Amino acid sequence: MRFLVITKATADSEAGVQPATEEFETAGKFIEEMVDAGVLLAAEGITPSAQGVRIYFDGDAKTVVDGPFTETKELIAGFFLVEMKSIEECVEWFKRYPAPRLSNGDSTNLEIRRVYGAEDFGDNMTAEQQQAVKERDAKGIW
Amino acid sequence: MATDTHRAIEAVWRIEAPRLIAGLSRLVRDVGVAEELAQDALVAALEQWPDGGVPSNPGAWLMTVAKRRAVDQIRRDETFRRKVEEVGRDLAESTPDIAASVAEDDGIGDDRLRLVFVACHPVLSTEARTALTLRLLGGLTTGEIARAFLVPETTVAQRIVRAKKTLAGAGVPFEVPQGAELAARLASVLEVVYLIFNEGYSATAGDDWMRPALCEDALRLGRVLARLAPREPEVHGLVALMEIQASRAAARTGPAGEPILLADQNRAHWDQLLIRRGLAALEWAEALNGQPGPYVLQAAIAACHARARRFTDTDWERIARLYERLAEAMPSPVVELNRAVALSMAFGPATGLALLDQLMAVPALRSYHLLPSVRGDFLVRLGRPAEARVEFERAASLTRNERERTLLLDRAAAL
Repeated sequence: MRFLVITKATADSEAGVQPATEEFETAGKFIEEMVDAGVLLAAEGITPSAQGVRIYFDGDAKTVVDGPFTETKELIAGFFLVEMKSIEECVEWFKRYPAPRLSNGDSTNLEIRRVYGAEDFGDNMTAEQQQAVKERDAKGIW
Repeated sequence: MATDTHRAIEAVWRIEAPRLIAGLSRLVRDVGVAEELAQDALVAALEQWPDGGVPSNPGAWLMTVAKRRAVDQIRRDETFRRKVEEVGRDLAESTPDIAASVAEDDGIGDDRLRLVFVACHPVLSTEARTALTLRLLGGLTTGEIARAFLVPETTVAQRIVRAKKTLAGAGVPFEVPQGAELAARLASVLEVVYLIFNEGYSATAGDDWMRPALCEDALRLGRVLARLAPREPEVHGLVALMEIQASRAAARTGPAGEPILLADQNRAHWDQLLIRRGLAALEWAEALNGQPGPYVLQAAIAACHARARRFTDTDWERIARLYERLAEAMPSPVVELNRAVALSMAFGPATGLALLDQLMAVPALRSYHLLPSVRGDFLVRLGRPAEARVEFERAASLTRNERERTLLLDRAAAL
């Protein structure tokens, strides 16, 4: 199953403070390990909300509002898309995430959310339909 | 609370097992013994962590415990000592070094690659290779493997025990095969991974027609392999093939669960992330030197479909050419049949028919029911219904599947 792991913005990330070289290295090592283990599908860092835009929808009205946005700790600073056997495996992996040390001594968090997948949709195929798929695949046509 | 810890332990095991077993195998030169030592460490974790909590570096904790047991066992067990001595280790001196050699991170990747080759060794049955690979490299419990293959857990446990005995009995060395042997042994590894994938993609047993967890296990193994053996085009080819096939999973059935053919699939439901990963893996494979092997070619065919935004955009000429090369690399009637279908899509049914007529002359294919069935299709498209009817009837007489027989006879009757 897939998980979206969201890292949160901090005063530093919102200020566009780049991580120190050594932080880059530890983060890189963490990513390498996930790639080696075959669990990482995608990972990106996100620029400060000052460069972002929000679109508010109210009925038919659409309002475009430029960043920055204020509630720093609720903003996202990056994400990982990973494939794990269970949320527990995802938790164990991300306990190893090298969280940035914040210059103001503040704490941060990351959030793990499961992505909807095949396991969420009821398997309502009839036995006959299942058989048809198996036979079709067995033929290997296409 | 205890259950939470148990789940956490299972998760840690999945992450750490391959590394742990690979490192221990290097130490004791016996995959079976290494797996038991790792298992012992896991049992220790199950006993201690629920009270003391999961340590901050669980992998190192497990390795330390397992190493300690290995050293104890080496000291205790004369047979074991001789075994280790056989491989040229001076135990009296090397005991402290053992810890150091396992602690160093270098070579862990190589150890995991060695482990892959041992787990997929041809001396083992296919079932044993599959179970052992999922156990040692996928970090699955025997219970999970049993559930995935719909067999009792004791069966899986026995398979693994027997496999370990077979490996020890045959004296399979803990090493990556070299030279001429490598290609054949690598093919054996890839076969196991693709088998796991296919068991998930079109399950041969049980009520579920697809078991996505197994597909994910296989994909994960494939991606791991690609990192361990980055210079092997076929490894990337297999990864590309699996990524692209998995990308269609959500589009293979309709809202009521009815199966949907590739031609009719809603391509908006194809997973673009997996397609991109698949195409990237294929590009990687093709950038490496050498003749493309069966997996690279199959991935290239899958990529043709993945690149076509609509079914009508499909590059059938390219697919037909790829099938021709695949037929050379991996001769098989199914491949030839697919090539005929691709030819008919690219150049019309007459071209496809010409190839089928050659195939019909091959004695070994005389009772292959798909041949007359596809030939019937071509003849219908060519406006030759009388001949088509004969083909459908012949196909009906050859198939062993009741539903298919009915379908073919219906088609014959409708002409």
